[in-house]
Amino acid sequence: MRAALTQPGWWRALFFTVIAGAFGFGLVIGLRAISGLDLFQTEQTGYPHIVVPAITAPLGFLVGIGCFDYWFRWASGAPTQPEDHSWHGATSWKDYFQVNTDHKVIGIQYIVTTFFFFFVGGLIAMMMRAELAQPGTQIVDPATFNGLFSTHAALMIFVFVIPVFAGIANYVLPLMIGAPDMAFPRLNALSFWMLPVAGVLFLCSYIVPGGAFDAGWTGYAPLSTGAPLGQSFFNLGVQFAGASSVATALNFLVTIITMRAPGMNFWRMPLLVWANLSTSLLVVAATPFIAGVQFMVLFDRLLHTNFFQAAYGGDVISYQHIFWFYSHPAVYIMMLPGFGIVSEVISTHSRKPIFGYRLMALALLGIVVLSYSVWAHHMFVAGMFSWLRVPMMITTLLIAVPTGIKIFSWLGTLFYGKIHLKSTSMLFALGFIVTFTIGGISGVMLGMIPLDIHVSDTYFIVAHIHFVLFGGSVFTIFAGIYHWFPKITGRMYDEKLGRIHFYLTLAGMLGTFVPMHWIGMEGMPRRVADYAAEFGGWNLEISIASFILGAAQLVFLYNMIVSWRFGPKAPSNPWRAKTIEWQVSSPPPIFNFDEIPRVVGGPYEYGVPGARHVIMPGESSELREPERSGVGAPT
Amino acid sequence: MAPRMKGLPLARIFAAIVVLTVVMSFIMLIPNWDGEQASTAAPKIDELLDVMIVLSSFVFSIVMVMLTYALWRWRAKPGDEGDGEPIHGNTRLEIAWTTIPTVIVLFAAAYSWTVLDKIETEDADRMPITAIGQQYEWHFDYPDQGVTSEELHVVTDQQIEVSMRALDVLHSFWVPEWRIKRDAVPGAPGASIDDDFVVTPDKAGAFSLICTELCGIGHATMRAPVVVESQAEFNKWVRTQDPLPKDSAAAASEVAPQ
Ligand code: HEM
Ligand SMILES: [Cu+2]
Ligand SMILES: [Cu+2]
Repeated sequence: MRAALTQPGWWRALFFTVIAGAFGFGLVIGLRAISGLDLFQTEQTGYPHIVVPAITAPLGFLVGIGCFDYWFRWASGAPTQPEDHSWHGATSWKDYFQVNTDHKVIGIQYIVTTFFFFFVGGLIAMMMRAELAQPGTQIVDPATFNGLFSTHAALMIFVFVIPVFAGIANYVLPLMIGAPDMAFPRLNALSFWMLPVAGVLFLCSYIVPGGAFDAGWTGYAPLSTGAPLGQSFFNLGVQFAGASSVATALNFLVTIITMRAPGMNFWRMPLLVWANLSTSLLVVAATPFIAGVQFMVLFDRLLHTNFFQAAYGGDVISYQHIFWFYSHPAVYIMMLPGFGIVSEVISTHSRKPIFGYRLMALALLGIVVLSYSVWAHHMFVAGMFSWLRVPMMITTLLIAVPTGIKIFSWLGTLFYGKIHLKSTSMLFALGFIVTFTIGGISGVMLGMIPLDIHVSDTYFIVAHIHFVLFGGSVFTIFAGIYHWFPKITGRMYDEKLGRIHFYLTLAGMLGTFVPMHWIGMEGMPRRVADYAAEFGGWNLEISIASFILGAAQLVFLYNMIVSWRFGPKAPSNPWRAKTIEWQVSSPPPIFNFDEIPRVVGGPYEYGVPGARHVIMPGESSELREPERSGVGAPT
Repeated sequence: MAPRMKGLPLARIFAAIVVLTVVMSFIMLIPNWDGEQASTAAPKIDELLDVMIVLSSFVFSIVMVMLTYALWRWRAKPGDEGDGEPIHGNTRLEIAWTTIPTVIVLFAAAYSWTVLDKIETEDADRMPITAIGQQYEWHFDYPDQGVTSEELHVVTDQQIEVSMRALDVLHSFWVPEWRIKRDAVPGAPGASIDDDFVVTPDKAGAFSLICTELCGIGHATMRAPVVVESQAEFNKWVRTQDPLPKDSAAAASEVAPQ
């Protein structure tokens, strides 16, 4: 028992969570008692005796589970655990529930956790579509409905799309650049463990008085500053998710800049690495803004500061400026890693070098720079001072240029290639080109002020965000998961189920989100539980299509679980790709490489006689036929 | 151009793009996407939409034709495990697909700007109205007529200048048939808030004002009737309305503490 409470792990985590929560609770009650206040302040924006423990308990959890053990010992001068990498690798499923500093274990932890939230968020979406199938109120009342769309979006954005990319990159990126691990493995572990905390905080809002937070994922003040207790859980969840992204982004930056294998100069980095470099630049500079603004809301709620209280001289619109100064870059944080994945997949399965590799990398950097100068396109009708609109319209439309470059370059890559469509990852990558193009086009329309004035805050926006986030980000996530599944699990997945998943997803996606453009333009606002009867027909169609879309994801889930357990063993390089992660076994050895490989050329030298990307240790510099075996390999 | 491009049936690819663009634009220009037009801004905005439909069809056609052509022409034969041709890029092509889209979007921006200018031009004889949103209802003050109402009545072909006020949280004013939308922001209008807009309704009839900014549980049903009528009918209606309370302007900019 004693050992359980002193060794890192779940018992100690539970113990510390309770202790830290009780400490926070006691602190509030104690201070209030000393100050002669009512012990329990239960205005709906108050509840300090719940909010403060909601900060301390998660910290207790992180300490208890073991994220800080090494640092505490080191800081206090106690002997640290020897650097024996005892927390590297996983020998049983139980190891995935412990703090582990191996980037491959962390990658899997990330992916599985984020997909858990994907399915929770998806279930919430199904409930919303059930309610919206007919006009009027049938299943949930308007108050519950507001909670549903707010938690749906918060889960999907903050604990699925943003971190799942960090998870995929965590697994793949160090291997791709020939590094033994990430630059800061313990920080990496901490980044991961903050995620379930964020997701659980979001979900906990369902059980507190007043119900789940319901001011939308955008949490505009002053609706959010006056909202019931659940909103504070949103404010806090965003802090943990945000801290997690910033720490990971720093980790990626340092890893990419300093740990590339000898010979891998910037122009030899695979585009996935470029994409994560760009994403990390966005994350480190933009995320502090959302963290700050959510704290400001929390302070307005609990401490009665007046950041956004117009009656006391606060400025309501400044919330939106700060929020979008993060959240526009965030939409690219949710897209650039996907661009990287698609580049890898398309090049590999069309057996061609990426067309215009350097311009592709520069386009990523162009997007990073422009992303910081377009935020007010979310505020064209917000009543902000009007002079900012036209400059931001121009920058917004200009972002379509680097985005277009990427699309044309992927298409150029297909030309004169040898295109293999057997692999589900390629299907998702090609499907992505179509759906993302549509999302980009509707984005350009929204960037044009007169059109945006009409369709802002309607279902047209819902259509746009799902074309870019589902047709964009989620398609690339699937492409990435299928592409690296053999590498990560050492097993092949079932391509037939993969294809079923793809075609059902594509059909469900189009059926769900295409008609949303039309009803939006015709007059249906977003974020409503009820709507005019004239929209009933399309809404029913949308709901049916969305159930198909939801069911398709169960095919994916089944395929992943069964293939992971029982799939045929994967060869090290089933797709005959050139990048380094495919030159080691599947799954890779615990320490990735016995000796660091040497990079001697670009990453996509398909069809170039005698060209190579990498020379693995122990390999002669002679030309070598890529190793492969028949299983699951494209024919 | 790289010598290899010569092998491409460029004329036919181009023709396919043009045909697809024409067909798509033709089909997509038939529906009246935005619904009834009832303000002078509406036809201008819809025209901009039509131009964008044609431009977007063109862009989408390029992508679709390139994609289907590539998939049809360069699918790997079963058993073929070779590589494609090692083409790394083509500088002229890359310059083209950087500059042409730049020109297109700058055109879109310039055109949008002129439309914006037109729909925001103010007439000298515009009629001021203050639209006040609060959870979950609207009311409208008419300073010139000295009345207040829960319905928005306006005169055909008479420009109105609407000042937006919110008493609690954000709301938003949208009459889809007018194509105009603007948030109501709590707080006194000042340097950071642009609280008014103009619109000229040009079709008599009854419409609905829809709140489009999430404002709480009653958001979905926060609507107000809008009536566009002749000057005579309007005058008659004004006489039946409550007088504007003296302190109304002050009340309108005062905000309940949260
Ligand atoms: C060509 C590129 C794009 C352009 C020009 C563009 C433009 C816009 C504009 C102008 C809006 C604001 C509309 C309004 O609220 O009235 C918007 C909303 C949005 N966009 Fe995009 N967009 C682009 C790509 C993307 C991408 C890649 C993503 C994410 C992967 C994305 C995600 C979103 C989201 C989530 C919103 C809605 C935010 C909200 O109000 O809840 N967009 N976009
Ligand atoms: Cu944006
Ligand atoms: Cu509302």
